[in-house]
Amino acid sequence: MSARRQILEERIAMKQGAGGRAMRALIEDVFLRGFAEEPVDGIGLAAMDDGAALRFGDRWLVVTTDSHVIHPIFFPGGDIGRLAVSGTVNDLAMMGATEVVALTCAVILEEGFSRSDLERVQASMQATCREAGAIVVTGDTKVMGKGELDGIVLNTTGVGLTDRPVRDCGLSAGDVLIVTGAMGDHGLAVMAARHGLSLDGDLASDVAPLNGLVRCALEAGGEDVVAMKDPTRGGLASSLHEMAGKSGVGIILEETKVPVHAPVRAAGELLGIDPLNVANEGKAVIGVRPGSVDRVLAALQSHPLGREAAAVGYCISERPGSVILDTGFGKRLLVESEGELLPRIC
Amino acid sequence: MIAPGAGVRQLKFRDPETGRKLVESLKRVTAEIGRFPVSVMHVCGSHEQAIARFGLRANFPKGLDVIMGPGCPVCITDIPEVDEGVALAKQGVHIATYGDMVKVPGTVRSLADAQAEGAKVHVVYSAAQAVELARRLAPEEVVFFATGFETTAVATAAVVLAGPPPNFSVLSAHKYIPPVMEIVAEMPETRVEGFLAAGHAATITGWGIFEAFVERHGIPVVVAGFEPLDILAGLVRLVELVRDRKAEVVNTYPRCVTREGNLAAQKKLWRVFRPVGGRWRGIAHVPNGNLRLTDAWSRLDARRRFQIDVASLWDYAPSTLAQSCICGDIMAGIASPSDCRLFGKECVPDTPVGACMVSSEGTCKIWHLYGGQPSFEALA
Repeated sequence: MSARRQILEERIAMKQGAGGRAMRALIEDVFLRGFAEEPVDGIGLAAMDDGAALRFGDRWLVVTTDSHVIHPIFFPGGDIGRLAVSGTVNDLAMMGATEVVALTCAVILEEGFSRSDLERVQASMQATCREAGAIVVTGDTKVMGKGELDGIVLNTTGVGLTDRPVRDCGLSAGDVLIVTGAMGDHGLAVMAARHGLSLDGDLASDVAPLNGLVRCALEAGGEDVVAMKDPTRGGLASSLHEMAGKSGVGIILEETKVPVHAPVRAAGELLGIDPLNVANEGKAVIGVRPGSVDRVLAALQSHPLGREAAAVGYCISERPGSVILDTGFGKRLLVESEGELLPRIC
Repeated sequence: MIAPGAGVRQLKFRDPETGRKLVESLKRVTAEIGRFPVSVMHVCGSHEQAIARFGLRANFPKGLDVIMGPGCPVCITDIPEVDEGVALAKQGVHIATYGDMVKVPGTVRSLADAQAEGAKVHVVYSAAQAVELARRLAPEEVVFFATGFETTAVATAAVVLAGPPPNFSVLSAHKYIPPVMEIVAEMPETRVEGFLAAGHAATITGWGIFEAFVERHGIPVVVAGFEPLDILAGLVRLVELVRDRKAEVVNTYPRCVTREGNLAAQKKLWRVFRPVGGRWRGIAHVPNGNLRLTDAWSRLDARRRFQIDVASLWDYAPSTLAQSCICGDIMAGIASPSDCRLFGKECVPDTPVGACMVSSEGTCKIWHLYGGQPSFEALA
C-alpha cells in the first residue's frame, strides 16, 4: 500500500460524507460494529434505513436525526432552516410516519454569525413546520470560535408515529418505482449558487416537507407501497442502488421517463453533471406493487407537490444490486457517484 | 465532399426512434461488408463520453469495433510536461490550470501532491479566469498551465492577444489533433479503417483539413457531432464509406462545421502558437503535435521566463504500479480498459494510476463512471 493511500484511509475524506458507498462503508466500519450489536425491538441502526422504528404499544415510534450544513445557507428556493425541518420530516415520512409528533432543534453557531440571519433561519423553520404540521419542542445552542466551523450547523431530530413502518428493502421483482416529481432541482440550484455560475433565474431548490404527499400515496396504495426513500445526497442513482442492494433485486431505470426540468437538464449538460446523481430535498422514490401503480400515481398527481409524479422503472430478479439505465438508445449500468460533484472544465 | 447523409437531422438529436433506425442501418451496412471486425476509431473524449453516457456501445453491431483513439487532451499530456508544471509549482509560483490536470500523476508527483505540500495550485474554468487570477495576485507570478486541443488553445491564444498583466505567463501543453491521426494511421499494428473526427475541433479547423490526410492514407474521415444521433449517423456514413472503399471526407455535422472552419479563430491560434514535434503520453513522438508559443510571445512563455528544475522532483522512484498501466495502448486503440489489470482495482478515480482514470474525457474514467462495457441484451 502506498504511503498516500494509507493517509487517505486514516483520515476522513469529503467523499465519506457525500451519501454514497464511501459513507456507508465508514458508518459500517465505525458505528455499526459497536452500536448495532445491542438488540432493538424493531428496526435499528443495523438496517441503515432513513431512521429507526421501535414498537410502541400496537403502533411504531419512528425516530430520525439529521445535521444540516450547506453553503450558501440561503439559496434559490430555500435556506438551511427549511432544509433542516424538511430533511427530518421527510426521513420520518419515508419510514411511513407521516404524523410528526415533535421535532428538536440543535444549533451550533460560529462566532460572528449574523443575528438577523439566525432570525431569518428560525422564521423559515417555523414556516416549514407549519406546512408539515410539526412543532419544535426542545433544542440546544452552542457557539464555537471563529473559523472552527463554517457559519452554522443545524441539527433536527424527529419523532413520528405509524401503524406500519415502510422499509427501503421491501422491493421484489415486478414492483414499479415511482418518483414524486422532477429530479435534480436542489443539487443543481445549490451548485450553481455555490460556484457563482451565472445560471440562476430558472434553477430553484425543491426543498419541501413531504409528509402530506406521502400520506396520499400510503392511503391510495396501502400495503402495496412496499419501499420508500428520499433521493437526497447522491441523488436517485444512490437511492436506487441502496434499495436494489438491500432488497436483492435489479432495477431498470427508464431515463426517458424520469422527469427533469428543462433548466436543470441544461445546467447539467453544461456542467457535465447528471441530474440523477444530485440531491433532491422535496422528492421521494416509492416502490409499489404492480396492481396499485395507477392508484398511487393518481393520488400523488392530485397533490400540489406530486403533480409531475411518474413511474420511471421496475424491478427484475436478475443482477441483484445493480441499477441498469435504459437511455432509449441502449442500456448501461448506472453507477453511484463518488465524492463531491464538481463542475466539468471544458 | 458528399452531401450529409439523410440520417442527419437538424432537430431532435435525442429521438430514440430515429436512433433505433440508425442502429438498424449500422447493423445492415456492417453486415454488407461481409467480414469482421470492421474497425473504426474516434479521436475525441467527448465522443466516448456520449457513447458511454447513452449506452450506445451495447447496441453496436457485433462485427463493428469502435475504438477510442488518443482523444483526451489530459491523458496525452506527457509526463515531463506534468513534471514541468509540478516543478514550477514547487518553485513557488502560482499555477492556474484546469481541474482535470490537478490529479494527473507526473513522474513521481501530481499537482495535487504538490498542493498538499504547500504549493499554490488554483483550478480555473477558463483561460480568462487565469488572467483574472493574475490581476488579483499581482505582482506574484501566475503561470497558466494550459492543456487541451486546438479548441481550447484558441481560448489561450485569445487571452495572450488581449494583453495579459506582466505577471502572467503560459506553460503550454496544448496539442494539435490532425498530426496524431497520421501517426495512428501509420502504426504497423493499426486496424483502423476509418476515422470519426471530432466536430468541435473541426468547428475551428474546418473539415477541409482532413482532405490531404484522406488522400495520403486512403482512409475515410467523417466529421461528427456529439448528440447520440450525430454519432450514430456519423458511424453509418463512415461504415458506408468503408463498405464502398471510398476514401473521402464527409461532414455529418454541418450545423456547426464548415469546410474552412472558423477563420478568425485559426488566425488567432497561429499568431500565438507554432506546431512543434513532441511526445504524446503513451502514444509516440508526434511531429507537429504540440503547440508552443511562437518567439514573438517568448516573454509570456513560462519555459523561457523560468528555469524549470524538473530533476529536483526525482528524489524517489516512481511506483511500480505505474509501470503496469496500459494507458498508452488504450489510447492507441490496441487495448481496452478491461484488458488492464489495474482497472477498477488499484486504479480508480480517487487514486488514479494512469491519466486515463483522471480526466473526465479519459477512457478509463468514462468506462468506470458508466459501468464498463455492459452487455444487457439478455435483459432487453
